Amino acid sequence: MGVSGDRTVELPGRVLPPGPDQDATLKLVNDEMADRGFVVAKLDKLINWARTGSLWPLTFGLACCGVEFMHMIAARYDIDRLGMVPRASPRQSDVIIVAGTLCNKMAPPFRRVYDQMPEPRYVISMGSCANGGGYYHYSYSVVRGCDRVVPVDVYVPGCPPTAEALLYGIMQLQKKIRRVGTIER
Amino acid sequence: MADVQTLRELGDRIVAALPDQVEEPAVGHGALTISTRPDGILRVLKYLRDDKECALEQLTDICGVDHPGREPRFDVVYHLLSVSRNQRVRVKVGVGEGDLVPSATGLYSAAGWFERETWDLFGIYFSDHPDLRRILTDYGFEGHPLRKDFPLTGFVELRYDDEQKRVVYEPVKLVQEFRRFDFLSPWEGTQYVLPGDEKATKS
Repeated sequence: MGVSGDRTVELPGRVLPPGPDQDATLKLVNDEMADRGFVVAKLDKLINWARTGSLWPLTFGLACCGVEFMHMIAARYDIDRLGMVPRASPRQSDVIIVAGTLCNKMAPPFRRVYDQMPEPRYVISMGSCANGGGYYHYSYSVVRGCDRVVPVDVYVPGCPPTAEALLYGIMQLQKKIRRVGTIER
Repeated sequence: MADVQTLRELGDRIVAALPDQVEEPAVGHGALTISTRPDGILRVLKYLRDDKECALEQLTDICGVDHPGREPRFDVVYHLLSVSRNQRVRVKVGVGEGDLVPSATGLYSAAGWFERETWDLFGIYFSDHPDLRRILTDYGFEGHPLRKDFPLTGFVELRYDDEQKRVVYEPVKLVQEFRRFDFLSPWEGTQYVLPGDEKATKS
């Protein structure tokens, strides 16, 4: 990105925790806005900010992990503060959280739902069953890991993982997006 | 829940009403259990539903039991509940492999899916069922998984094929065979002696 004028706001390129650093940066941006009416920033940083700040998950609860997923959505862990809004349509979602046992009968619809998601799309595999079959690894009717069907970005271990663990997995996904995020995925 | 005496009297009443159909009334786990044969099941169910003393209005479940090596091989168990009289009756029917059981859909409309499930998982056929097809297992599934001779891991597994752009089925290939752990729970009195423990008990 070209830089207009002699002043550029150098954003740190990472999430700042609340404190003097954050206050200083916000003040810098505010002053710039008040002075010139616009801020110059790097486009890829801006895109990463937008992608990580509004990861809309598809509600895809397949088993008991779905309950922990609901806990994460609900008031106590409140993923809305991360800009996450659970969606009922794959065409409106950015991330699919495979929350539960993926059965053979569910695998083709699951792949279809994944194919309907717009790029860039991410997959979080939640819990033992989705990671590798888990308790049902030797069952005749369960897919031994949802990575046999779709590419997975983040695996969250646990049976089921707690809501905190899933939230941590989402933060790992955000970190991954910031690290490898490109305009064309 | 009806007490044991009430259920015994109910069993005697059913046997007296249908002496050639019903055998071995027994009371256990808060329910009366009676046995019958496939050709008499509809008469028995109709009696149980319409009789004033039985009044078993609700069919709670139909399930199957596999006894390999026994003749007949399967049991079909009908679980009936009387909401008005608060009592439960189980009806057992012995069925051989390939035998037909008359469908109970004419008496209890709930029987439709239960019979589909029993057929799906055990391969027990029901005659006159309006729509006897698989209900739980995958489309195109082969075999009846709750039979004792069905292998635990089944026959096919599935993955997404990137060239064909669809989910494909393949024969099962396990990286590690299934291992059966039969360690007893240490909290419930173990039968084995851990290495080193024999010294502690000697003294």
